[in-house]
Amino acid sequence: MKFTLSWLKEYLDTNATLDEIAVKLTDIGLEVEGIEDPAKTLKGFVVGEVLTAEKHPDADKLQCLIVDTGTEKLKVVCGAPNARAGMKGVFAPSGSYIPGSDITLKKSMIRGQESNGMMCSERELLLSEEHNGIIDLPASHKTGSSAADALGLNDPVIEINLTPNRGDCAGVYGIARDLAAAGLGKLKSPDATPVKGSGKSAIGVSIADEKLCPLFIGRYISGVKNDASPEWLQKRLKALGMKPISALVDITNYLTIGLNRPAHVFDADKIKGNITVRAAKKGEKLAALNDNEYELQDGMIAVCDDSGVLGLGGVIGGSGTGVSAETKNVYLEIALFDAGAIARTGRALMIDTDARYRFERGIDPAFAAAGAEIATRMIVDICGGSPSDLVIAGKAPDKKQTVNYTLERLKSLGGLDLPEARQKEILEALGFTVRTGKAWDIGVPSWRHDVQGAPDIVEEILRINGYDSIPAVQVRAPAGENLQPLSPETKRGLTARRTLATRGMLETITYSFMDEATADLFGMATNENRKSLILTSPLNQDFTIMRPSILPNLIAAAGRNTDRGHPDACIFEIGRVFKSIDVAGQIMTASGLRAGSAAPRHWSGGARAVDAFDVKADALAVLESCGVNVASLQITTEAPAYYHPGRSGAMKLGRDVLAYFGEIHPAVLITMKRDETYAGFEVFLPALPVPKNKGTKKDMLKLSAFQPLRRDFAFIVDERTEAEKLLRAIRGTDKNLITAVDIFDVYQGKGVEAGKKSLALGVTIQPMEKTLTDEEINALCQKIIEAAQKQTGAALRA
Amino acid sequence: MKETDMSNLDALKKEIVETVKAANDIAALEDVRVTALGKKGKVTGLMQSLGKMSPEERKEMGQALNRLKDEITAEIETKATTLKTAALNARLENERIDVTLSPRPENKGSIHPVSQTIEEMISIFAEMGFSAVGGPEIEDDFHNFTALNFPPDHPARQMHDTFYMPDVPGKEGDEAKRLLRTHTSTVQVRVMKEQKPPIRVIVPGRVFRSDYDMTHTPMFHQVEGLVIDTIESGRAHMGHLKGCLQEFCSKYFERDDVKIRLRPSFFPFTEPSAEMDIGCSREGGELKIGGDDSWMEVLGCGMVHPNVLKNCGIDPEIYQGYAFGLGVDRWTMLKYGIPDLRTFFESDLRWLKHYGFGPTDQPNSAIA
Repeated sequence: MKFTLSWLKEYLDTNATLDEIAVKLTDIGLEVEGIEDPAKTLKGFVVGEVLTAEKHPDADKLQCLIVDTGTEKLKVVCGAPNARAGMKGVFAPSGSYIPGSDITLKKSMIRGQESNGMMCSERELLLSEEHNGIIDLPASHKTGSSAADALGLNDPVIEINLTPNRGDCAGVYGIARDLAAAGLGKLKSPDATPVKGSGKSAIGVSIADEKLCPLFIGRYISGVKNDASPEWLQKRLKALGMKPISALVDITNYLTIGLNRPAHVFDADKIKGNITVRAAKKGEKLAALNDNEYELQDGMIAVCDDSGVLGLGGVIGGSGTGVSAETKNVYLEIALFDAGAIARTGRALMIDTDARYRFERGIDPAFAAAGAEIATRMIVDICGGSPSDLVIAGKAPDKKQTVNYTLERLKSLGGLDLPEARQKEILEALGFTVRTGKAWDIGVPSWRHDVQGAPDIVEEILRINGYDSIPAVQVRAPAGENLQPLSPETKRGLTARRTLATRGMLETITYSFMDEATADLFGMATNENRKSLILTSPLNQDFTIMRPSILPNLIAAAGRNTDRGHPDACIFEIGRVFKSIDVAGQIMTASGLRAGSAAPRHWSGGARAVDAFDVKADALAVLESCGVNVASLQITTEAPAYYHPGRSGAMKLGRDVLAYFGEIHPAVLITMKRDETYAGFEVFLPALPVPKNKGTKKDMLKLSAFQPLRRDFAFIVDERTEAEKLLRAIRGTDKNLITAVDIFDVYQGKGVEAGKKSLALGVTIQPMEKTLTDEEINALCQKIIEAAQKQTGAALRA
Repeated sequence: MKETDMSNLDALKKEIVETVKAANDIAALEDVRVTALGKKGKVTGLMQSLGKMSPEERKEMGQALNRLKDEITAEIETKATTLKTAALNARLENERIDVTLSPRPENKGSIHPVSQTIEEMISIFAEMGFSAVGGPEIEDDFHNFTALNFPPDHPARQMHDTFYMPDVPGKEGDEAKRLLRTHTSTVQVRVMKEQKPPIRVIVPGRVFRSDYDMTHTPMFHQVEGLVIDTIESGRAHMGHLKGCLQEFCSKYFERDDVKIRLRPSFFPFTEPSAEMDIGCSREGGELKIGGDDSWMEVLGCGMVHPNVLKNCGIDPEIYQGYAFGLGVDRWTMLKYGIPDLRTFFESDLRWLKHYGFGPTDQPNSAIA
């Protein structure tokens, strides 16, 4: 919302400066976004009178002037051909900044003649391209007075950021009312006394749909002359960036901007029969004033005559009945329309007009007749003509909003104590009616649709009194509460993040959506919920569907870095992946990717490509740090199809998949145009068992007094037999005594039959009660060999 | 004792000492020791012959032999020390490395600055008794708008450029309409529906708006705060909101001179509503938090609207509270001087390493 200072002062009698007004506007919730003040740019520039003008002794095209600045008479060297004695122009003293030529003036000598300041051209002040001579002001301007005033540039433009609730301030008058309530002056109302009509209007009005249009006021004004509007009105509209059209149109714009009272004018001679307001029917057409043709839909507000639709009420008028220089008789429309219908119409047809903006936010229903009178008076004053009586169809809705309030509510909700008199004073200044008592009855003014309850009243009092006056109170958790700063989900995310960073991975954040082709590569193609995860109006083709996995984003990111000369990315992200739109289908996932070499070339050796075991370790680290007993995990080969089928796995607890890990499928990488090796993992945080809340105490540590013993075995198994199966068989032999089993060698080749492999493993046996005898140890070893044989077909290697 | 015996001992000693001196490694020295003092050694042999001597001889010879044994032992130990020192010196010389070579490479991990910021915020609010919770990113119209008191068709809905998803078949109205949440305020609704007051939560998370330019990305992060308590308790009015935010700003920016200003504004889900500015200075084109020559808008807040409480099953006659929401990414940029929002989500390794935080750089160990 933009307005000029002079327009504001038409309704506000104030001595406040522009700065004071700006600060107050922001303080009361009408945040100032910007002020354009030409007077600031021209500060110090005055009307200067050329007393004498003589030819420069040493330069043909220069003159030496004596300029009266109102306070002194100065020598000025000037090159303008139109400079002459007796003329008045704009004088810039030494030290001024000249915006058009980007220089700051200094007292100087020009070809041996003293020069102080200069007389300016329009181009030098950025007023126009005119540079053939200096500005020639009418002689009526007082020498030494402000140049900005003389140039008519004395009207700063203020722009406020109007919040959607404050429809009442979509007019300059409403802003003035708020400022007056805040103590910045006295509100002046425009003259709305009824203009006497000369008889019945030639055009009648009927309303067919009172919901869409509760009230329509019309007036026929005959014999008008629709020339250009007066200069003061043109200047105001131009200052706001609006184009003056004609007196009648400019008057409706004055009402809209100034008084928040949208109005419309028809060329009365183009209206056939009477006016009816009804719901539009699908397929009806309107050629609008903006030169577009629109196809209407059911439920839009159609203002019609006998021939059809003349305009969309509250949105835009039609070109067929628009006013022009030839207009002799005008028909004025001042109506109330349904805000919802206007919003829907504006959105559907993509029409943004000043009228729509105001109707949508809610105008003052009690200000229709007054608006009609003000408009009539202006039309008659400016365009002449003779008005009919008002035609009034329907009536303004008569629902007076009242609010129950108590004095103490300001303190209990707003945190500020103010005496009754002060609270009442503020509310009344804003136009509320107040009946105090134990419970207050507050009548809400007709223009304040946003005030509905006691909290609104609290806000009104607070904002006018100033939010600064609310004392800040320190906040502390009430004593004795069980504090748990992190929900289990948040805590797991934090833990996973620190764990992976500790493992040398860089955390990144990528978008939660991606393109469909890539999503399909990572399991979306087979997701039965695929359709529901698509964005219906995506921003671009790269962001069209929710991601089924974080891995493709990480692969793309690693690829981009490789292409820039930074290979071997080691990155992770913690965020959601999407299997369905349900809460449970939006799975918080810790996912990581290792690309290229696990270790770079180094003099100590050790360079190697990343593999499934790098990321298996990452996944295990996350699980372990989140409290999962990793010893009880089953590692299976059931990873999804985007992993390398022979180099990937799943980590499960019972039926729950906690994580996937492995190399990315080469075919997927080829589709993604990558040829490096990538290994990745995904840990699904909600699948992790929540550690039982046992308080903060840990289990008692039991230390054995006896040394652990280690026995090594080498088994020959089928090459397809998973090591985990053998380990499980051995662990199961005696869960008390066997505390660890680890494989220290995997061998295939000479000495091992083709199709078989040798697994060498060490078993750690920890006696708790007593030292084991040789017989007991041998018996246990025998049991281990038998269990391995029985459960995996393993044979002890000879 | 015979002269010859004594001179024989002297000769023996001399002979052994010579061989000790000649031994040039520990093994050779050990051989010498065995030859002299071992079970079948020369001195041991002489000791064994003492039994055949007369008591006087035995006494005299015994003493002489013991002395000899001590002397030889001492010689051997001295020699052993010398040899060990030499061996160690040789080994050390041998084990010399070029310490200017690089150590084995290790990847250095890092935490994204947005995550770091969120953890900082969690820890600051934890001290004030807030707990951090999360919520879904795909939401329905009810949680994102209706429950938060956005009327249908109201221009307030257009303040958010929403990403919509296909309607859910078989459902109607605001439950059918799916979207990506435009703010984390959705979680206010979920928390209020699930938890009984008093409530003190903050909600960090991703939000989405259809906007992509110099200063907007279609995804960014918010931290939402919500406090609900009884009206009677006097623990959740606008003064508390102000105090809470003042403390938060000072602690977040790590300076006690951060000025804040609440300014009336509008959000459908709060009443009264406010925007919060922080004082800053822009001298020389550089923005500094904590000055006072200009204000910068950084947060929206207010008292929870009674309609929102009602929509969430909380009686506004008994309860009230305050809520606030801030854009994390911008707060990160402000505190750490990161210039361009769009770079946050580009995964440039150089950027992640430069702006990221070390894994041990935890904002507050109290929450770990």
